[in-house]
Amino acid sequence: MTADAGTLVAAAASLRGESLWRAAAGRFAANRAAMAGVLILVLITAFAFIAPLVSPHEMETNDWERIQIAPTAEQAHWFGTDANGRDLFVRVAAGARVSLAIGLITTLVAVLIGVLYGAVAGYVGGRTDQVMMRIVDVLYALPLFFAIIILVTVFGRNIFLVFLAIGAVEWLTIARIVRGQTLAAKQTEYVEAARSLGAPATRIILRHIVPNVVGPVIVFSTLLVPTVILVESFLSFLGLGVQEPQTSWGLLISQGTAALDSAPWLLVIPASFLAATMFAFNFIGDGLRDALDPRDEA
Amino acid sequence: MSAAPPILSVRDLSVRFATRRGSVEAVRGVSFEVAAGRSLGLVGESGSGKSQTCYAIMGLMPGNATVGGSARLEGEQLVGATRARLDALRGRRMGLVFQDPMTALTPHMTVGAQLCEILAYHEGAGSAEARRRALEIMERVRITDPERRFEMYPFELSGGMRQRIVIATALVLRPALLIADEPTTALDVTVQAEVLRTFRAVVEHTGTSLVLVTHDLGVVAGACDEVAVMYAGRIVERAATADLFHAPAHPYTRALLACRPRLDDPPVARLRTIEGQPPSLAGREDDGCAFAPRCGFAQAACHSQRPALLTRRAADGTTREVACHLDAPP
Amino acid sequence: MSRSLLQVEALSVHFPVRGRGGAPATLRAVDEVGFTIAPGETLGVVGESGCGKSTLARALLRLVPVASGTIRFDGTDYSRTDERALRPLRRAMRMVFQDPLASLNPRFTVRQAVREPLDIFEPRRPTRERDRLADAMLDRVGLGAAYAERYPHELSGGQNQRVSIARALVAEPRLVICDEAVSALDVSIQAQILNLLADIQRDTGIALLFISHDLSVVRHLSRRLLVLYLGRTMECGDAATIFANPRHPYTRSLIDAVPVPDPAIERARRAPPLPGDLPSPLAPPSGCVFRTRCPRASSVCAITPPPLRGGPGALFACHHPLEEPTP
Repeated sequence: MTADAGTLVAAAASLRGESLWRAAAGRFAANRAAMAGVLILVLITAFAFIAPLVSPHEMETNDWERIQIAPTAEQAHWFGTDANGRDLFVRVAAGARVSLAIGLITTLVAVLIGVLYGAVAGYVGGRTDQVMMRIVDVLYALPLFFAIIILVTVFGRNIFLVFLAIGAVEWLTIARIVRGQTLAAKQTEYVEAARSLGAPATRIILRHIVPNVVGPVIVFSTLLVPTVILVESFLSFLGLGVQEPQTSWGLLISQGTAALDSAPWLLVIPASFLAATMFAFNFIGDGLRDALDPRDEA
Repeated sequence: MSAAPPILSVRDLSVRFATRRGSVEAVRGVSFEVAAGRSLGLVGESGSGKSQTCYAIMGLMPGNATVGGSARLEGEQLVGATRARLDALRGRRMGLVFQDPMTALTPHMTVGAQLCEILAYHEGAGSAEARRRALEIMERVRITDPERRFEMYPFELSGGMRQRIVIATALVLRPALLIADEPTTALDVTVQAEVLRTFRAVVEHTGTSLVLVTHDLGVVAGACDEVAVMYAGRIVERAATADLFHAPAHPYTRALLACRPRLDDPPVARLRTIEGQPPSLAGREDDGCAFAPRCGFAQAACHSQRPALLTRRAADGTTREVACHLDAPP
Repeated sequence: MSRSLLQVEALSVHFPVRGRGGAPATLRAVDEVGFTIAPGETLGVVGESGCGKSTLARALLRLVPVASGTIRFDGTDYSRTDERALRPLRRAMRMVFQDPLASLNPRFTVRQAVREPLDIFEPRRPTRERDRLADAMLDRVGLGAAYAERYPHELSGGQNQRVSIARALVAEPRLVICDEAVSALDVSIQAQILNLLADIQRDTGIALLFISHDLSVVRHLSRRLLVLYLGRTMECGDAATIFANPRHPYTRSLIDAVPVPDPAIERARRAPPLPGDLPSPLAPPSGCVFRTRCPRASSVCAITPPPLRGGPGALFACHHPLEEPTP
């Protein structure tokens, strides 16, 4: 049994232990690309909330005298205006709020449902597990867009439908991941020890299994957010998602595409924001995966 | 004593790790030699640096490690050698045996195929020739019914058998030196004896030199000609096995020998232990002997001045190296 | 005679597996094993890997299902009860596992790990009090309060094993099962842990079931001994008697296999103490399961499994036991 060099150093370190999370955070902070991603996100989020305060314009105000003007400092139309004379600067900010909200909230809900569902299925095992995972398989097979079209036809276009539809699909993959991880965690000796101590199943799942399987889920979720934003953008682009008077990046891109020849900034600017956000989340996701790599955990 | 140069010659070997929390000196100036056909046991507990010494010789150090000093295999310097050269030496001139036989063997290939692959890759042996030599080495490591075992997968073999296959893979290219890191620790006591006898037979019959790393003195008693005891990154005693067991000079060696409960002793209420724990290897080293805080015979000089490893001649004419201020064991 | 704390009779643990070629087979991991442990007593269970000792431990804690036989703790048979009825058993009977690091949740601090039995069995006790009890137990096992906030990956193997022992001792158990609890530790640390267990047993009167493949370690603590091979009892009874005069050839081989730190003795050993390999548990030899490696095996050994018989000190299952020394 060889002593890990890190163990030897830690023995001489301060009284306060360094948890695995703290060690991972340290590794993450050292990753330049990941921190750059965090910076980009912070800036875009700040922009989303500060822009309306800084600009004198409103999101829906039509300025018929200044239709489709290019970005200019004059009249503080820093991103220009669209075909209806609406200021793009505040609209991009509004779109950011909507797109980020959908991305984050949907992912959060999907993670919560997926983690609990997968952990329970994996831990309980047997028939229950089989049934639960067959349900997942069936739902998985349903085509997302098909389902959304049906929903939209029945309930009309509604931003909450977008949340619901995307979330209803994303939790499935998370459930599968967590179930697999739970099956592995069930075999560990510390779970066996907890069982031998008489810990009830809820305690084992919540305190022993979930914290130890959540690593891959975190990485997956971070890479899920941009996917959700992209799906929402696509839906809105098709006219199935967010509708006027609200706006989202997808909607802005859709409108921008129509005016590509005459006013390219209407497409380029929202698309750049979307692309930057996607990059940021991807860098962060990669950074998290490296930081949480079990091989680095003693 | 032959005048032939030693197969392995280590001088002042040191290993330092740079970690996020500071530097750790796992090995602090270790020197020893292994002659051809001789076996050395490197004994020490966790944190003594014995395994790191071997990894440094084998050239298997992680990126944050700095190796200093010298380690010569058949005269060739290993410290600082290129990765390509070390890869070429490992297997052909140096055979390695690690603790866990299951991870050392590929699960999806038969053991025979694995031996043949080594021969084909390193020496370009044809399949008939490779098979012949593989069977030969399997017999050499006392695997019964080698033709049948040749076709078996690692999971079909017992722990002791697997470890002997690993030894076979380490020996099949006829290296000059075999290095084994805790080869019997994961095995049952009953199987351990078999594997150690295999090592002994290999050394005696093929003339391969052996460095055996272990924390168990009972293991080296049967398998090694010479023993070096390590503590806190240094060698504290080195002697012929019989001499070391007969009259251990260093207090740590004596304490270590006393710790193990022996079946032929009368039962005792309390086992002898070494109270406390080994010192931390992080940061600057303290003055004085590393073992002094736990030593029952420590004197003032022991805490302020580190004893050097010096050759000592005993009354019965035997020589050994000891790093201790005490002239004779009290 | 005081009532026994743990009384096991004809315990069998079988696992359905897929044998070679896919045919369903039964792995008889533990076969008709019986023993008793009195309060405050230590039973040593020895045998090689694969002899079923770990499965036996898990069966006692109902971590694996029992195929047949009874397990009586304090007179009550627990072998078939459901999970809820097992709660008092879980509090009274604990386990220390072999791998110190693996048996501790990597996300729990040392204090949280030791506190867990209290969290489960005494949730109404104020948290501060539970913390205090956990810290006191950490002190008792030789780890200061300084370690309470650390994490298992920052501690050495010996330290982690002390944490594991502290966790097994908090909330007052009556029996602690040590499953190869010192096998993964350095020799000097092994000695420290064994002394600690002996001290605690003396102070608290708990019973111990000590599992190991190393006889020299078992002998130090055990008053009684159970020798297993392929899940069957080979010899059992008073430890001192068995060590002094083993009747079963397997016990003799185990004793002979212990390495002696004496080069003269070790080098002189010519014959291997136990030739051959452990047979596959899926296809145990007929009659006496040990016969394929036994130097004294004869034709009757292949036909009839030897019954457990013997004197007042110890029982053995052998057709050709080693001679009892003439008084």
